[in-house]
Amino acid sequence: MTMKPAVLGAALLSSLAAAASAEAPSILVQSTTSTQNSGFYDYILPIYKSETGVTVNVVAVGTGQAIKNAQNCDADVLLVHARAAEEKFVDGGFGVARSNLMYNDFVIVGPAADPAGIDGGSDAVAALRTIAEKKALFASRGDDSGTNKAELRLWDEAGVDTKSASGGWYRATGSGMGATLNASVGMGAYTISDRATWISFGNKGDYRITVEGDPVLFNQYGIILVNPEKCPSVKADLGQHFIDWLTSPQGQELIDDFKLDGKQLFFANANR
Amino acid sequence: MQDFSAAFGLAFGLIASGDADLFEIVGLSMRVSLTALLLSCLIGFPIGALLVVRKFFGRGIVIALVNSMMGFPPVVIGLLVYLALSRAGPLGWLGLLYSPAAMIIAQTLLIAPIVAALSRQVLEALQAEYDEQFRSLGVSRGSAMLALIVDGRYGLVTVALAGFGRAVAEVGAVIIVGGNIEHLTRVMTTAIALETSKGDLGMALALGIILMSIAVSVNLGASALRAIAERQAYA
Repeated sequence: MTMKPAVLGAALLSSLAAAASAEAPSILVQSTTSTQNSGFYDYILPIYKSETGVTVNVVAVGTGQAIKNAQNCDADVLLVHARAAEEKFVDGGFGVARSNLMYNDFVIVGPAADPAGIDGGSDAVAALRTIAEKKALFASRGDDSGTNKAELRLWDEAGVDTKSASGGWYRATGSGMGATLNASVGMGAYTISDRATWISFGNKGDYRITVEGDPVLFNQYGIILVNPEKCPSVKADLGQHFIDWLTSPQGQELIDDFKLDGKQLFFANANR
Repeated sequence: MQDFSAAFGLAFGLIASGDADLFEIVGLSMRVSLTALLLSCLIGFPIGALLVVRKFFGRGIVIALVNSMMGFPPVVIGLLVYLALSRAGPLGWLGLLYSPAAMIIAQTLLIAPIVAALSRQVLEALQAEYDEQFRSLGVSRGSAMLALIVDGRYGLVTVALAGFGRAVAEVGAVIIVGGNIEHLTRVMTTAIALETSKGDLGMALALGIILMSIAVSVNLGASALRAIAERQAYA
């Protein structure tokens, strides 16, 4: 019982590591959840794999956590939707360069009963102000995700202090978009979702889009190669190839072709 | 809630159709949790036996410590293992994060204390019975530990099942260190979490039913083995 278990453990770990690295070529993408929950990856990654033989492994978490994980070098590519945070990531030397990939928009969804009376509106800020005035329930992601950041910016514009209302009509779930939609439907609260997650969400109940089409609800997705100078483990060539492919005319066309229930979920806009 | 009957139908349909993705996920769940259980038994049984056989100073504190580690939140274990295995962490050079190995490590840390604490309890009772014999025969500590583990094996099977149950059912640790990557680190619990977040509650429940059925089968299998073994031992 001296050094032996430690040595054995180390040997075991290295053999596991060797086994992991001996696999077929693959890259790791830290991603926002909407692209996974909507089935976008199930659609596009098999196409990429059949063309290149490269497996793309996706860890789907909130944008804030995805960026954190990438800063820890636990990714080759970052695909998120919070432009300011993405630019900060690149400026900090963690990413090589950021490019636009695609966009869609956020929508405010709510129950058919519409307790705040905002149904059919197209002014998101005004709608949020009404929700606050009527103290209608609102569920926030509260998890530093891209959607959460966008939502907080809108409350800011509306001049509503959500911090003091938290726990009352304003409820920060601290979880992903799907979980927050489930919670909203459960308690009859309004919430903001990206359109892709909303369309593909399977537990809508009597919920529907109440406010949409406001330019402030624009939702841009960006893609970034994690900087190999900062993170030597980054597979720069494979990662850059994946980015180039997605932003190429072919990749962009595939993005536009992705539909669910006849609705287009993402609109390609790389290099625009 | 028409979800329940639909979920049972869906669960049965998935199993009957031999859904390849489902079997892959179930297979990985089993591989990860059984490996973690094996490692935990290799670590936990000797620790449990040692705590019974050796009366050292501070033993009470160690036992209290091991007992309280049974309540360690999986998400905290996941976070600790993430920090250790992250490329930015001390073991990052191994490149183990987001692999089944990382999940095995997390689950081992989670259930080894359970196996150690519960096996100490099981073996304590046995030790009271054997103590006099051990002394009169002048049995060494190592042999006493081995004898306790061998003779206490039926009780230890239940201990192992408790550990397995905790490992196969937890989601907090494996989702952080495994990342729920399709065809790589997606297991039953993380798949259930994903389906729930997609709002596909029927599929989530169906997977839950399958997970429960597996847990029941494992337990039934273990008690059947035990019954057979006991009959042979006393025949």
